[in-house]
Amino acid sequence: MSVQTATAPPETPTPPAGPLARVTGWMRTHTTSLPTWAALVIFVGMVIYAEIVYGRILQPSTTSNLLINNSHLIIIAVALTFVIITGGIDLSVGAVIAFSSVAGVMLANAGWNAYLVMVLMIAFGATFGLISGWLIQYLNVQPFIATLAMMFLARGLASTLSTVPERLGDDSPIRALGTQIKIYDGPKVNDFVITPGVVIALLVVLGGFFVLHRTRTGRTIYAIGGKEQSAQLMGLPVHRSKMLVYVISGSLSGLAAVVYTARLGIAQNITGVGWELDAIAAAVIGGTLLTGGAGFVLGSVIGALVLGLMNVIISRDGSIPPEMTTVITGGVLLAFVLLQRAVVRRRE
Amino acid sequence: MSHEPIVEMRGIHIGFPGVKALDGVDFRLLPGEVHALMGENGAGKSTLIKCLTGVYSIDAGEIVIDGSPRQLAGTADAQEAGIATVYQEVNLVRNLSIGENVMLGHEVRGRFGISWRATHRRAKENLERFGLGHLDTRLPLSTLSIAVQQLVAIARAMVTKSHVLILDEPTSSLDKQEVSTLFGVIRQLRSEGVAILFVSHFLEQVYEISDRMTVLRNGRFEGEFLTKDLDRSSLIATMIGRELSTLAGEHEVRDGVAPGQREPLLVAENLGRKGSVGATDLAIGKGEIVGFAGLLGSGRTELARLLYGADRPDSGSITLKGRKTAIGSPAAGLANGIALSSENRRDEGIIADLSVRENMILAVQARRGWMRPLSKKDTDEIVDKYIKEFGVRPADPDRPIKNLSGGNQQKVLLGRWLATRPDLMILDEPTRGIDVGAKADIITAVQKLAEDGMSVVFISSEIEEVARVSDRIVVMRDREKVAEIVNDGTVSAATIVAVIADEEGTAQTVAALDVSDETFPGTTSTSTPTGTSTSTERSES
Amino acid sequence: MSTATSSTFGERLRNVGRQQFVWAIVAIVLLLVINVIKDPTYLSISYSDNLGGLRGNLVDILRASAPILMIATGMALVIATGGIDLSIGSAMVIAGAVAMEFLSASGSSSLGTAGLALLLALLVAGVLGVVNGVLVSVVGLQPFISTLIMMLAGRGIAKVITGGQNTTATSEPFRWIANGYVVGLPVVVLLAVAIVAVVGLIVRRSALGLMIEAIGIDAEAARLAGVNKRAIIFTVYVAAAVLGGMAGVFATASVMTVDVSNTGNQMELDAILAVVIGGTSLAGGKFSIRGAAVGAVLIATLDKTVVFLGVPSSATPAFKAAVIVILFLIQSPWLHTQLAKLRSRRTTTPTTAEVTA
Repeated sequence: MSVQTATAPPETPTPPAGPLARVTGWMRTHTTSLPTWAALVIFVGMVIYAEIVYGRILQPSTTSNLLINNSHLIIIAVALTFVIITGGIDLSVGAVIAFSSVAGVMLANAGWNAYLVMVLMIAFGATFGLISGWLIQYLNVQPFIATLAMMFLARGLASTLSTVPERLGDDSPIRALGTQIKIYDGPKVNDFVITPGVVIALLVVLGGFFVLHRTRTGRTIYAIGGKEQSAQLMGLPVHRSKMLVYVISGSLSGLAAVVYTARLGIAQNITGVGWELDAIAAAVIGGTLLTGGAGFVLGSVIGALVLGLMNVIISRDGSIPPEMTTVITGGVLLAFVLLQRAVVRRRE
Repeated sequence: MSHEPIVEMRGIHIGFPGVKALDGVDFRLLPGEVHALMGENGAGKSTLIKCLTGVYSIDAGEIVIDGSPRQLAGTADAQEAGIATVYQEVNLVRNLSIGENVMLGHEVRGRFGISWRATHRRAKENLERFGLGHLDTRLPLSTLSIAVQQLVAIARAMVTKSHVLILDEPTSSLDKQEVSTLFGVIRQLRSEGVAILFVSHFLEQVYEISDRMTVLRNGRFEGEFLTKDLDRSSLIATMIGRELSTLAGEHEVRDGVAPGQREPLLVAENLGRKGSVGATDLAIGKGEIVGFAGLLGSGRTELARLLYGADRPDSGSITLKGRKTAIGSPAAGLANGIALSSENRRDEGIIADLSVRENMILAVQARRGWMRPLSKKDTDEIVDKYIKEFGVRPADPDRPIKNLSGGNQQKVLLGRWLATRPDLMILDEPTRGIDVGAKADIITAVQKLAEDGMSVVFISSEIEEVARVSDRIVVMRDREKVAEIVNDGTVSAATIVAVIADEEGTAQTVAALDVSDETFPGTTSTSTPTGTSTSTERSES
Repeated sequence: MSTATSSTFGERLRNVGRQQFVWAIVAIVLLLVINVIKDPTYLSISYSDNLGGLRGNLVDILRASAPILMIATGMALVIATGGIDLSIGSAMVIAGAVAMEFLSASGSSSLGTAGLALLLALLVAGVLGVVNGVLVSVVGLQPFISTLIMMLAGRGIAKVITGGQNTTATSEPFRWIANGYVVGLPVVVLLAVAIVAVVGLIVRRSALGLMIEAIGIDAEAARLAGVNKRAIIFTVYVAAAVLGGMAGVFATASVMTVDVSNTGNQMELDAILAVVIGGTSLAGGKFSIRGAAVGAVLIATLDKTVVFLGVPSSATPAFKAAVIVILFLIQSPWLHTQLAKLRSRRTTTPTTAEVTA
């Protein structure tokens, strides 16, 4: 609270002196993207570790599998990124995938047009999202309660439809989304392949990036997460954007159901149990603040790949029982949440 | 200068459960003028502003903007009508960049969505208009001080090319330099024909910048004046509804104990907390009423919270009855015989859904711990006692406290704290927003408590009240204690106002005041004679 | 000062109707009536010498209520503080897994071993509660995120404990907890009722209930009134987990098997539903253990009715979720303002000049 002299304009950042100061200066101005860079470092570190200890990680087939097996996770991680940035949460993604895929496969097997079925699968997801958004926005239900109710509803409806694995006909056009396309022909089976599902996931990521960073809706989503009341007073369309975020999340869950079903060819009512944890963990590891206001779609992709790679390592290692996977994921998520908490507290 | 008013509000009524917030208020705003809205806390200034910005919908009355009647159903409506607002609390989002905050909702769009380069360029242009052209718009907003954030908020508000700019206490966190920057901006906007509604507690600033004033009191319209026609004393008199001369000398030296003679109950040395109150020395005698006077945000509430343990102090110590005592939580405060009645009755006082009975015994019960519940007999005794003593209406202990009027809620809370038999009772704005009868009851109760030997800290923004009740007045400004005034019966609201405003012209009596170095032997007083005060950022000489 | 207690019968009836759990009792009766219509002997109770106790559909319903009673009571306490415990089903499966592993490993079916198994199960469930309690009250994480992690990781922990198996054990004394009889009444029901009664008494006879409600309604005001917020919130999460552990013991002891994927699965839904049916708001504050208990019995009745009527039981979770959404709708101010709008549109005279006094 000193009296400032008239000549010195307030708030001029001190000029950087030396490389260390430059680094800290960069960190000061890029605090929100810092965790994402950290996630990238962790991912690279994991790749190097796995390559050294288990080998055969940095090769086309492993990379392809990592992408193909996690494309649905990438999609719902993007969905959760949208929701979490507003300061909300969506616990229904896994259950919505279960309902969408079971309903979709049954409709397709009943002879419905495959393209219509895929659209419907997305629409089912959007409907659940719409109900969540309505509960949250108009009935003032806390996001986690509203989406928890949707989780039980979707899972319950899926179980009502069928409790056994529903197999999609091999000739169904939906399965075309799961066909592997060879991009690079390596020695033996060591090819780099992708599926249309992977392409869809990448498009979702690009789309998510575009919406969040290049549209007013996207910026409103960040503003809501920063301080909802301020966003409201700034005249931003808070209500509409909050509803939209849950509809986006629901639709993307539907899309993830399409991609996942196309790859597996099977849908079941217990599909996607615990995926909400994976999606939240992916977003949080990738630098999305659980309290809202900060996060990056690209970070969530890295988060999803970290989890995917973790699964690869666990299965390669063999000494870790597969039951431990959720425990480890939970532990990692908890660690990151605590880390965020500590960082935010210090910044305050 | 002006012709037709751009905003005209007629006969505005608005009520909340238990309170009539605005009662037939008229207000008009002309283009190219700075119009100050004056009134004490609770006079209805914020409510009137919120009606104009669409946050509250009015119960009755008419709002005419630019000649056409308007129904304002939300902030977006008001913005669309050309009304921009900057609030006391910076309403920006700290997680985004400076430039984005300026442009949120008005980003420049190119072929690939928002063009950030163009948006930041536009933001920079807007900021330049307000003398902030040197800011790097790509830095996060959180890198700016609150003061600069406030200026950015104004730049943001004017992005929409509004005709009306509402500034609600915009200067409460600005220093002198920043205030003059802000006033330069205001003058420029005024010359461009923008109508500016200005609210501030700082009389000096109001007189410097405003052309016209509207005064509200208790939700009613008291009059509209040209600033040059209304001198300071008349303004204060209108605001508090009484002639200034009647305010002086109401306090009687109560029990004949001279200020220095009281046995100290609590002595705080260097007590402070970063970002809330600077290190403060303070002593409170047994049976003494110490008033804290100062404007909103002056640190008076923050100091009270440190004494009680509502916030943990990060410097200094408290000596209670001669023993050093660490008070780090409200529970510790209570255990040491201190009670604090918060200024925020609704959020930090009453537990809305609980009954009067439960609200009243809560603090006593908390002090006993959950394992030792009060017996029904003890409970009834406490509840009956205070309901009778304060005349709580309705006298039904089973009624949820939220259904009581503000004054009665306050009485119940007073009962809650007194039931813990504190040695020191801190009352932060106990009379805010309650009716006159309840106010008088509470003041009487406070005086009686002190006579019975309880020490009282009394905080109120109604300075007249502080002057009347207190034996000694601690004046706070800019989160520091700036003076201590011993009330020998000659101290009036005007005296205190002068110290707060730190203006030499009207501070005739202040120079003669006892500055209380000898009030308590053994404690060093940080009080500064007002004439030579070092912190002069706020005052306009 | 004392309020007049001499009220007319009608007034008293209206007061009764205002308590939400009364409607839950009405719903239970309705479900029973439906069952009686299908089978007039539905309500009959007989004494079975074989079992040494009473037998009948009503007994089965009460027996099925026991685990739900446990978790609903715990959930009511947590929700009253303004929190939530999503890991209550995981507390069940962990307790079940610990008990079954311990019993099958010890191989003994002595009373002491069974008692030790019970103690160990509750202890491990309690540790889960301690973790939740620390994360929420000390670290200050949002309750749903800490308990969500525990919900999903907890099931993983149960699987790790049993090595992924559905462990089976034999221990007569342990089985007796769920299937035994005392003076002709099922032990599990007696135990459940006793535990709920004890918790209710502790909460209401001490000042704990008052403080829990104060925290749930306005945490900051409660803290400023000197209430030890941290300790109480911590206690509540531990209590919920231990009660969840008891529910897990009930659920596994009847079949002497822990099903690591299904024991306690989706039981959070039952607990939340029971609490909401009982009239406790999910926003926290005023709570009713009695209401939650009635809600728990209603859910058990519903489950049994669905099976009895031959409706596929897989539909019940969806139905329950729908009921929750409808309850949200009924409780929401939004619905009331919408209805008020409709009504005022019909009555046409808008009284805008009315100012509240």
